[in-house]
Amino acid sequence: MIAILEAGILIFVALAGTAVVLTRDAVAQAIVVSFYGLLLGIMFFVFQAPDVALSQITVGAVALPLMILLALARVKKHENDQTD
Amino acid sequence: MTRPIRTLFFFVSAALLALAFWLSYSDLAPLGRNTSAYGDLVNSITVPQRHITDAVTAVNFDIRGFDTLGEEFILFASVLGVVLLMRRRSDDPMGDHEDKARGRIVPYPSDAVRVTALLLLSPMVLFGLYIVSHGQLTPGGGFQGGVVLSTAPLLFYLASTYPQFRAVTPPRLIEAAEAVGASAYIFIGGVCMALGGQFLENVLPLGKTGTLVSGGTVALIDLGVGLEVSAGFVLMMLVYLEELMEAKEQ
Repeated sequence: MIAILEAGILIFVALAGTAVVLTRDAVAQAIVVSFYGLLLGIMFFVFQAPDVALSQITVGAVALPLMILLALARVKKHENDQTD
Repeated sequence: MTRPIRTLFFFVSAALLALAFWLSYSDLAPLGRNTSAYGDLVNSITVPQRHITDAVTAVNFDIRGFDTLGEEFILFASVLGVVLLMRRRSDDPMGDHEDKARGRIVPYPSDAVRVTALLLLSPMVLFGLYIVSHGQLTPGGGFQGGVVLSTAPLLFYLASTYPQFRAVTPPRLIEAAEAVGASAYIFIGGVCMALGGQFLENVLPLGKTGTLVSGGTVALIDLGVGLEVSAGFVLMMLVYLEELMEAKEQ
């Protein structure tokens, strides 16, 4: 039972990782990477590392996508300023 | 670079990566097999010697507390770097913080978003404080709880506008909180020395195992780190969002 759970979450992580790479639009990628971060958190939890899982969920699923989105908005603003 | 060269490049690097993977993983211990004596040792001493039930926190903030001090300052330096890179030039008018970035239409948040965000806000504050204060008892601690706490102002931003967000998180206050949180770690280490121990040696009373005030210095360090991390993330949001604002046209 545990083995199935472990194998299952590993496969999901691999699929989500591939999905992050295959997503070409940067804004969409930020959302996909958030989902990937959440899956990584669940993986750490399944492999009995709850402390790391908590860090991963907060950083990978919240802080990292937020920083990416903010940076993208900043770059977009800069590009608009250049063309005007 | 033409396509055949790129394909060749890919296959060469993929083969090298596969070889490196095979070399590193072939003699790895099976999953779940403990190969280090350190884990058992830590598990056997944290409760009797430190009155801490979460072994990971005991390692991070006590047994190798000095390493974590360095890690905390990695985050501090990153936040400082973002603030420095994003700072406004003195000849750049501050504006009145109206969201006017061109090509970015910012509608006032819908009622559904506002209600959801405001409903989640106070549970997030409570949950963050719970994670920070229970660092020595259950998984989590200052770092995790700090990030959870910093999502509360973010939820407030989602439910309101930038000027309102800035009003509830005054940058000066957040900067001060960041500095106090970061220096608290060193200060606690210094207090340990003043009380006759080594730097960051757990010399404070350990308290009763399983209570909020157990663990001696660990509980205090958790609070400091929680403050530093939450303030750091809020500060980064503030400077990024500030960058997106433009001076209101006169």
